[in-house]
Amino acid sequence: MPAPQPDAELEQIELDLFVQALKRRHGHDFSQYAQASLIRRVRQLVHAHHCGSISALTTRLLHEPDFLTLVIQGLSVPVSEMFRDPPVFSALREHVLPILASYPQITIWQAGCAHGQEVYSLAILLEEAGLYERSHIFATDFNPDALQRAQEGIYPARDAQLWSRNYLLAGGRQSLASYYSARYDFIKLDQRLRRHITFADHNLVTDKVFCEAHLVLCRNVLIYFSNPLQNRTLALFRNSLVRGGHLCLGLRESLDFAPTAVDFTAVDANLRLYRRNSQPSSEEHDEAA
Amino acid sequence: MRRPEAIVIGCSKGGFNALKLLLGALDPQLPQTVLVCCHTASGAGVLAGLLAAHSALPVIEVGERQPASPGIVHVAPGGYHLLLEHDRHFALSVDEPVCFSRPSIDVLFGSAADTYHAALIGVVLTGANRDGADGLGQIRAHGGIAVVQAPVSAEAATMPQAALDIAGADYCLPLEQIAPLLNRLCLT
Ligand SMILES: C[S@@+](CC[C@H](N)C(=O)[O-])C[C@H]1O[C@@H](n2cnc3c(N)ncnc32)[C@H](O)[C@@H]1O
Repeated sequence: MPAPQPDAELEQIELDLFVQALKRRHGHDFSQYAQASLIRRVRQLVHAHHCGSISALTTRLLHEPDFLTLVIQGLSVPVSEMFRDPPVFSALREHVLPILASYPQITIWQAGCAHGQEVYSLAILLEEAGLYERSHIFATDFNPDALQRAQEGIYPARDAQLWSRNYLLAGGRQSLASYYSARYDFIKLDQRLRRHITFADHNLVTDKVFCEAHLVLCRNVLIYFSNPLQNRTLALFRNSLVRGGHLCLGLRESLDFAPTAVDFTAVDANLRLYRRNSQPSSEEHDEAA
Repeated sequence: MRRPEAIVIGCSKGGFNALKLLLGALDPQLPQTVLVCCHTASGAGVLAGLLAAHSALPVIEVGERQPASPGIVHVAPGGYHLLLEHDRHFALSVDEPVCFSRPSIDVLFGSAADTYHAALIGVVLTGANRDGADGLGQIRAHGGIAVVQAPVSAEAATMPQAALDIAGADYCLPLEQIAPLLNRLCLT
């Protein structure tokens, strides 16, 4: 016979308490994350750590100093690909790099870098356009474990096939294999690609503007945020961009509903590629710092 | 029994033909929200377009943060998991694939069960893997109704068989009897 019905209200209370504990005890604020994905991740944490309930998870979070790292790893979704959505990288190559080339120094911010797949893809684009020597990329994430792996640039060899295909579809000029060495079941990216990248811990919810960028790339992070948090984060990107700077979002993310949309013009709306207007709009929105 | 508010359908191999038949035989007056997760090689945009030509109800591909609307068939986009928020708006995620699939039927079914509780019908059709079985179990645990295509009548039997083995079903029927059942459950 059917098991007793899951108690949705009880679970919601437990989830709220967990989120509060995470915020008050550790300063990580998930209160404005989209709930459907968050609850899924939290349930997976309960399961993975044999906690039995979200409350038991909260207890460990409060009392075990080392548990936070595991919780952040579980809530972060460092799933990515090199040259994911190849047409986006072609568009960056064709429309954005020629504009970046007009600056003596190029600053790029890639937010939510996961294991670094996307930031190394950018480095390759810049290298092939002869722009990398005067570029600097800040790759940020709030998951220290992901940042560590991003620095290492080591990936399972089974991913290389898809990534090579993506690279070629994105207009790559050589073979992706010329940028990595393969050993056993792993590939290791050429360490030289790292020379102009700074990896840093930055939380989009609580941290502020830290650079003046010509390009901000933040893909598949906003989908995890509620609408108000998306709006705030988009204002943060606006404030981090020079006038005429570019913003690139994930294919299922959009600027359209955010107040800061008035400050941007679409370069390619389908590819979620936008450019900050060179003239201020009458009402620049100031929600983020 | 509470009248269902939503029908959620999962399929993979052979799914396009099965959906064509099923959606074509639904009553155009159906007031339920219909959600579809079909693993396909081609994009969901293409799938939604093709299904629209055969369906009794309008078919759209889901966009980020759209509301789940009554009387409309919503197809999960490729490359993302499809979930529902409590306010009945869609959410997408790029979490790891489940059963090698993204979108995953388990993820959509589970999230729909969290949202509609007992007022939900889950339907598992033809397919060559076991995605959907756990999700159908969650629908049943919330008191929703489980419908599974009879494996012998399915182009690929693995998926409906796994659903029967793991979740069980309230109805196990050949494909052509499923739409009439849904019409009956939803309109009376
Ligand atoms: C799905 S990955 C996206 C990776 C890559 N941009 C892509 O599209 O392939 C999302 C990343 O965002 C990070 N993230 C989530 N919330 C964040 C926050 N508040 N601040 C900074 N990074 C965050 C996660 O840790 C994860 O690495």
